[in-house]
Amino acid sequence: MKNGWEAVIGLEIHAQLNTETKIFCGCSTRFGDEPNANTCPVCLGLPGALPVLNWRAVELGARAALALGLQLNERSIFARKNYFYPDLPKGYQISQYDRPFSERGTLEIMTAARDEGGHARDWRPMTIRITRLHLEEDAGKNVHEGLPETDRYSYIDLNRAGTPLAEIVTEPDFRTSWEAYDYVNHVRRALQWVGASEADMEKGNLRCEANVSVRRVGSEKFGTKVELKNLNSVRFMQKAIEFEIERQINLIEAGGAVTQETRLWDDRAGETRVMRSKEEAHDYRYFPEPDLQPLVLTSDFIARVHDEMPELPEARRKRFMYEYGLSYNDAAQLTSEHTLADYYERAAQTSGNPRGAANWIRTELLRELETDGRTAAESPVAAEELGALVRLIDEAKISGKQGKDVLVEMFKSGKTAAVIIEEQGLAQVSDAGEIERLVGEVLAANPKQLEQYRAGKTGLMGFFVGQVMKASQGKANPKLVNEVLSEKLKA
Amino acid sequence: MPITEADIDKIAQLAHLEITDEERRALTPQIASIVAYVEQLNELDTSAVEPAIGGLTPAGERTETTRDDTPRPSLGQQLALAEAPDPAAGHFRVPKVL
Repeated sequence: MKNGWEAVIGLEIHAQLNTETKIFCGCSTRFGDEPNANTCPVCLGLPGALPVLNWRAVELGARAALALGLQLNERSIFARKNYFYPDLPKGYQISQYDRPFSERGTLEIMTAARDEGGHARDWRPMTIRITRLHLEEDAGKNVHEGLPETDRYSYIDLNRAGTPLAEIVTEPDFRTSWEAYDYVNHVRRALQWVGASEADMEKGNLRCEANVSVRRVGSEKFGTKVELKNLNSVRFMQKAIEFEIERQINLIEAGGAVTQETRLWDDRAGETRVMRSKEEAHDYRYFPEPDLQPLVLTSDFIARVHDEMPELPEARRKRFMYEYGLSYNDAAQLTSEHTLADYYERAAQTSGNPRGAANWIRTELLRELETDGRTAAESPVAAEELGALVRLIDEAKISGKQGKDVLVEMFKSGKTAAVIIEEQGLAQVSDAGEIERLVGEVLAANPKQLEQYRAGKTGLMGFFVGQVMKASQGKANPKLVNEVLSEKLKA
Repeated sequence: MPITEADIDKIAQLAHLEITDEERRALTPQIASIVAYVEQLNELDTSAVEPAIGGLTPAGERTETTRDDTPRPSLGQQLALAEAPDPAAGHFRVPKVL
């Protein structure tokens, strides 16, 4: 971003809740069925049909809210949001307005600036205020291509109409596109982690919109904001925000002004384009949905949802720090994904050295995985095998340096560390008798250096260690060599 | 709150209705009188009354408004489109909206 400028970004996420049926009727939410097959009088908006709330959507919404640090409201109210569009057969969407399902969230995420190669540098914690998470129904799908005469017609598929959504709205707390990127990934992981949503942007069950404005650093006043849509992946969203920040700054610096409007991201062109301007801004005329009672959550219900939740990433990070003595950075990285956290815990337990296991995973394993584009769950080296490798190094069976080569070989061959060490004859010599013999040979072969050492030139210690290691072909346990040498040199 | 011709224009626009100047002049006092009639309800003090949201059965009981997440048969494509004015290729077809 240009010096002297600051961006202000707020995000809206729509996540499809992972139910079997729609939010207000018993039609299936299955994806990929023939168009309009999964419809009924309720989701077609036929006169006289009445909505009946799917309680599973409430449970999953509650999980999502708790996973994102929101407060559940004991009483919330459904409201009609009125607008005309062909994918909305009733002429209104059942949503929530002034009494939403949950509010006032504070969520700690990890974020990092990126270097020119897009690599994260210096992860740091950041607190995001989440204004609200409410429940609503999805609209249908308009099809504009792939069917006859799409220059004249649009086609409507209402299979998606009535699918349960959680809408998650933040305060304008982001200052860079990467903070927004890290937040959306955090939300995705959290929703997947608790089973509330598949949260897959490519499948369209997580959708994202961004409000972006810019202002001079030090200014308290917000600039005019632009709403960005058509952000079909987290990366597109980041690129669209980045483009939009630059566009607005350049516009103002050239003496122009930002117009309040909705813009679409065009990834092929790498730019945002106007979709609709303020003149056509909506007036939704919200009013309470008279066909649905207030949604009441009892304290028993809230307690049960709490109990059913898996341990959240944040809690798990803290436990890793407390239980395994990990640093903040280590623990945060290892809890960035559910499968990685599981992998680490298994490796830590097998190794008997949780910090050692953390180091090996972070520096060696993740690099190998990244090269192959795999996740921890797909690692060809099982967690237990990595733990065993760490244990072998701790037991001085092989050196740490050899361990790195062994791990690479484990990746390639799928063999265990023990087998590779055996096959390649890598085992360290930790037999004191054998090392004493080697030390004796080295001292006998270098009488001049021995004399100099005993005359006070103790810097020659390194020379002797090197000679012994060489004589052992690198297999001698260096710690033992040091001990035996110190002993003999004194004599 | 008196209803003006500007209000009528806005309502017509939101409802996607095209009205003539003549209709606007006729509708303004009519809608104003309906709103004034309904506004009489505001004379009652309802501050201590819980808003009645949700349906009632003929016996005056609250209707069931939650259910389990169990699929029920849908209409299917053919039946869903049976009453549509212009179905095509398994879809509802409408004038182009993009």
